[in-house]
Amino acid sequence: MQEISQSFSLAFVLIASFDGALLSIAGLSLRVSGIAVLAASLLALPFGAWLALARFPGRQGVIAMLNGMMGLPPVVVGLLVYLLLSRAGPLGALGMLFTPSAMMIAQALLIFPIIAALVRQVIEDAWGEYREQLVSLNASRGQCIRALLWDMRFTLTTAVLAGFGRAIAEVGAVMIVGGNIDGVTRVMTTAIALETSKGDLPLALALGVVLIAMVVIINLVAQMIKTTAMRKHG
Amino acid sequence: MAEVMNPPRALPLSAERLGFAAGGVTVLNEVSLSITSGSRNIVMGSNGAGKSVLMRLLHGLLTPTAGAVKWSNTDMALVRRSQAMVFQRPVMLRRSVRENVEFALKLTGHENVHRAAEAALERVGLVHLADRAARLCSGGEQQRIALARAWALQPEVLFLDEPTASLDPAATRAIEETITAIHAQGTTIVMTTHDLGQAKRIADRVLFLHHGRLVEDTSADIFFQQPQSPEAAAFIRGELLW
Repeated sequence: MQEISQSFSLAFVLIASFDGALLSIAGLSLRVSGIAVLAASLLALPFGAWLALARFPGRQGVIAMLNGMMGLPPVVVGLLVYLLLSRAGPLGALGMLFTPSAMMIAQALLIFPIIAALVRQVIEDAWGEYREQLVSLNASRGQCIRALLWDMRFTLTTAVLAGFGRAIAEVGAVMIVGGNIDGVTRVMTTAIALETSKGDLPLALALGVVLIAMVVIINLVAQMIKTTAMRKHG
Repeated sequence: MAEVMNPPRALPLSAERLGFAAGGVTVLNEVSLSITSGSRNIVMGSNGAGKSVLMRLLHGLLTPTAGAVKWSNTDMALVRRSQAMVFQRPVMLRRSVRENVEFALKLTGHENVHRAAEAALERVGLVHLADRAARLCSGGEQQRIALARAWALQPEVLFLDEPTASLDPAATRAIEETITAIHAQGTTIVMTTHDLGQAKRIADRVLFLHHGRLVEDTSADIFFQQPQSPEAAAFIRGELLW
């Protein structure tokens, strides 16, 4: 119990003193996960919406696979990306292993199914309401997808935030492809893992408190924007 | 130049032995009718008679399981552009009133969507709400926005599926006035309702459906004064038909 209270105090001290190392690690965490979410969203939003409207043989199988991939083990994704980017791998020539870029790729792959599956569900539900009106207006499939994505934008922020939460909290993939190099690829989760292995549990927990606070603040801000926008646009 | 003087028309449209079944249940059976230009056609019948299904079949939202819907023009792109539909529960896009109308116009490749949307909203008396979120408008206002959206497209034929079913008398009157104005500009009206008073106010012609069959297709005067079928007579007397 004492360790927990000690951790909260330490977390407060780290934040209040603008600890340079903490700011650097937290900043890298936000940058890696933010870009990973952006990249994954750019692909997952149209893909999820397309899957919601498309009808083809085997569609249910694709949906089941996509939903199943929401639970992809991060270490497995990390390992796959490691094999792709390692010197002997097909993309080894890019020299991306143990760089933040590799971590972004791994996280984007990890969260793509999460965002795409949630988008598919949201857009499919909306399609039930909008279909007749949009078809009546002679909207093409692409125009329907764009209209639905725009109209569901507030609900879809939840899907994107779910992806962000998963990305910033995972440790397995970034540890494997990033290597937890101090000042280069060390992010909040890998720092927590390192401090835990060193036995500095109060510091590890303090970093955990900071990480949770970051995620909660980002979600709160997003929720406030969403609520305000929904009040304005209905 | 000749084409400007006489733009190609999609009407008349005809339904030939139209049928629709879903899940083993026949909803519409052997319905034959034709819709000519400039008429105000009211489709009446009890709940479950097949009115909404008939509208969706004529508008092309459903594919008939028997028979066919035929337009006089074989250019299907023109046929699609020539019609619009207003639903019982209007779907408002999550954007402003003006943008809802502009959205429909943009899909047609209209050149001046802003001005056309303003004009459509002015015609339905909602220009003062142009910048309000459409979803925050009342039910009656939303239905008038839906009418403005449809009217902006200048359809040759407008389908309306019980557009006043859940509206109060004032909103109903506003909708009826708008429908009359749309018709006065040359648009053919095909509308469902089970409001006898509304049908009397609007209809030139009544199509009466019962259990998925068209049992009466007559002028409004004849329908209300001397209905030809016992089902229509019972409906007018207010007796429930099952």
